[in-house]
Amino acid sequence: MPRINSPAELEELRKGILSKRDPNKPCITLCSGTACHASGSEEVAASIEEEIKKQGLSAKVDFRKTGCHGFCEKGPIIVIHPEKICYLQIEPKDVPEIISQTIKEKKVIERLLYTDPGTNEKIIHEFEIPFYKNQERLVFGSNGEIDPASIDDYLALGGYSALAKALSQMTSEQVLEEVKKSNLRGRGGGGFPAGRKWEECRNAPGEIKYVIVNADEGDPGAYMDRSLLEGNPHSVLEGLTIGAYAIGSHEGYIYVRQEYPLAVENVGIAIQQAREYGFLGENIFGSGFDFTIKVHRGAGAFVSGESSALMTAIEGKVGEPRPKYIHTAVKGVRDRPSCLNNVETWATVPLIISKGADWFAQLGTEGSKGTKIFSLVGKVNNTGLVEVPMGITLRDIIYKLGGGIPGGKRFKAVQTGGPSGGCIPEEQLDMKVDFDELAKAGSMMGSGGMIVMDEDTCMVDVARYFLDFLADESCGKCVPCREGIRQMLKILTNISKGKGKEDDIELLEELSEVTRDASLCALGRTAANPVLSTIRYFRDEYEAHIKEKRCPAYVCKALISYYIDPEKCQACMICLRQCPAGAIAGGKSQIHVIDQEKCTKCGTCFEVCPPRFGAVKKISGEPVPPPIPEEARMIARESKGK
Amino acid sequence: MSEITLQIDGRKVEAKEGMTILEAAQSVGISIPTLCHHEKLEPYGACRICTVEIEARGRTNLVAACLYPVEQNLVVRTRSEKVDKTRKVLLELILAHAPDAAELQDLAQEYGADKARFEKESSFCILCGLCVRYCAEVKKKNAIGFVDRGVRREVIFIPEIASKECWNCKECFPLCPTEALQATFLLTKALMSPSPPCDPESEE
Repeated sequence: MPRINSPAELEELRKGILSKRDPNKPCITLCSGTACHASGSEEVAASIEEEIKKQGLSAKVDFRKTGCHGFCEKGPIIVIHPEKICYLQIEPKDVPEIISQTIKEKKVIERLLYTDPGTNEKIIHEFEIPFYKNQERLVFGSNGEIDPASIDDYLALGGYSALAKALSQMTSEQVLEEVKKSNLRGRGGGGFPAGRKWEECRNAPGEIKYVIVNADEGDPGAYMDRSLLEGNPHSVLEGLTIGAYAIGSHEGYIYVRQEYPLAVENVGIAIQQAREYGFLGENIFGSGFDFTIKVHRGAGAFVSGESSALMTAIEGKVGEPRPKYIHTAVKGVRDRPSCLNNVETWATVPLIISKGADWFAQLGTEGSKGTKIFSLVGKVNNTGLVEVPMGITLRDIIYKLGGGIPGGKRFKAVQTGGPSGGCIPEEQLDMKVDFDELAKAGSMMGSGGMIVMDEDTCMVDVARYFLDFLADESCGKCVPCREGIRQMLKILTNISKGKGKEDDIELLEELSEVTRDASLCALGRTAANPVLSTIRYFRDEYEAHIKEKRCPAYVCKALISYYIDPEKCQACMICLRQCPAGAIAGGKSQIHVIDQEKCTKCGTCFEVCPPRFGAVKKISGEPVPPPIPEEARMIARESKGK
Repeated sequence: MSEITLQIDGRKVEAKEGMTILEAAQSVGISIPTLCHHEKLEPYGACRICTVEIEARGRTNLVAACLYPVEQNLVVRTRSEKVDKTRKVLLELILAHAPDAAELQDLAQEYGADKARFEKESSFCILCGLCVRYCAEVKKKNAIGFVDRGVRREVIFIPEIASKECWNCKECFPLCPTEALQATFLLTKALMSPSPPCDPESEE
């Protein structure tokens, strides 16, 4: 690789790359992100390579393994350029047909297209699928076009031109001012204005300063930073380098969890390539600015995503938070000024420098500019990663992009912001999503996790789940967090087991307050959010559990029973045979009865009872009707054919 | 070191830059309760009993006095309804582990903490870390440490080091606000008790 010494040389290089690429030559892109990898994209990739060879098309078609496209529900995903024909849920057996029909004959294969569940209409192009159509994919969009292991793919799209611009046309003050003017807020949790943090770090005394990428995303169900780092690592490197220039830092760290092997691998390759071109190292673009990046692999702790804990971990110690009464921007890694932002924040920076703060600030709401990537998961039809402008309503995200709730169930709540966030109820679905509105509703943006819950979700159980997660993931250093969570978890567990007491809700509120006010770090200070928000919006569910010993969503095992309605049971033997506890008595033509003593409440009978019978019921908060007497259990059947 | 003037409980207090609220308060005889603090050790901020209320830049906040650095014109209240309530609950949470620890009784009375409010927890240790930090910072032996995290966090002696260092030292014992440390030591010692010497000759 030639070393690139000036913006002009970069432009030459880009033109050179583009001149070797025919925009009309078909190119198959296959999503090879972690989600699609799990649904078999590696096998699909192998058969695409083989089939291209076999059909003698090696010179006529390009094949590119890209990062995550976002529509994980329907993976593995293939997009065929330049038309952008989108095929979903591809298996190796589909590949020969794709090559022979679509690539050779330019024919679209109907069965592999997206079917609109509302209209049953087949949709050919990626950009017309509602999941994509309603997004604004500024940061995440290139993921589907880039092979993350190819810096040339990134350069072809104008990569590193923002860095070239910053280093050659702007002073470091101007870069800082641009980011401040854009009102970019940190996408990792608290939403602190990035420009202000940069400025604080820049002005802090000290020769050596660090810039850090927080890629320790650990919220259950959230994977946007992972997908960005896996799919477009150069955008993160470029943003980090621009930030380092603005701050006056020459050393950067990428703290990435070891559980993200593909991200670790791709970011390593990207650093190597950037170094070879001279985008990292000494005298970048001939500007005299030097910058190097080290990758620090995390050992798997949610709390290490907290900035001070992450910095402690970089120092080689156990990742425990320390007080931030003096900001880490002033006193961070090895007590030196350290500016930390998450993956998405850094990846947004090149866009702001290229297109300008004014362009960025026109997107979004008054207090939250730009777009945000959300990880849309749970009880929603289209799970995946979506990038939307700030200010979009929750309803649009869940229904327009997410395609609503599966199985015709009712929406109940959406949990945003991970374990430190809160649950937002149906009444607030028209809320505009931004940092401040989510906080007002008792939740938070967090890093952008969004877990959709339907009517079958018990909100006490949800709060219990998140506290259980935090009980494991707290570092355990300070009393309010460790002991507060321990006691809140005990109370929630008791409530879900029907052992709740009258004043438990008040006690939970009191513990929440102390945990919030007295904890050392943000993990503890926000740990009670799932408890407080579920009490705030679903107090009736808590009361039903405590006072009536009833779980309205029929989730808490200790509070529910399964019962076979003798009027509806057709004695079909299905549940009887499948009950793993052998708890169902009956026989052919003998109404089935569940032995409540033996029943483990696994729900198998409920699931297997044919819907046309619908004989198995869940009961909560009321006694199970006594079994019908043995002599009344025979069903007199009219024999068929008579 | 420049002089800083702040206000603690309505009194004007002179302090030096770099001091904590706790040090500034102690310098004029205002007492703030602590459990995990020790003058020979780095401030730790784990027990949060030293929580005080501050007013700075127009906002009221609870902070740990053992860690928070003094600032010009800072207003500190070492007692307030909120501070007292927070300390009460913190004490109750700690008392669930060590209901009879001598050091906790006066504090419990002062703040009206009910030692039986939460069910007794199995471990007596309140994880103040005095033993761990004393061994690391003063003795520089690291014979005792924390293992695990979250609600499973505990203190253990590291057998390889403890078997050499601890028997003749035991300087951490009097630091322990509960009986937990000695129990941990005895357990470790029992586990380390000499096993029959291994004779390679006798092996088949």
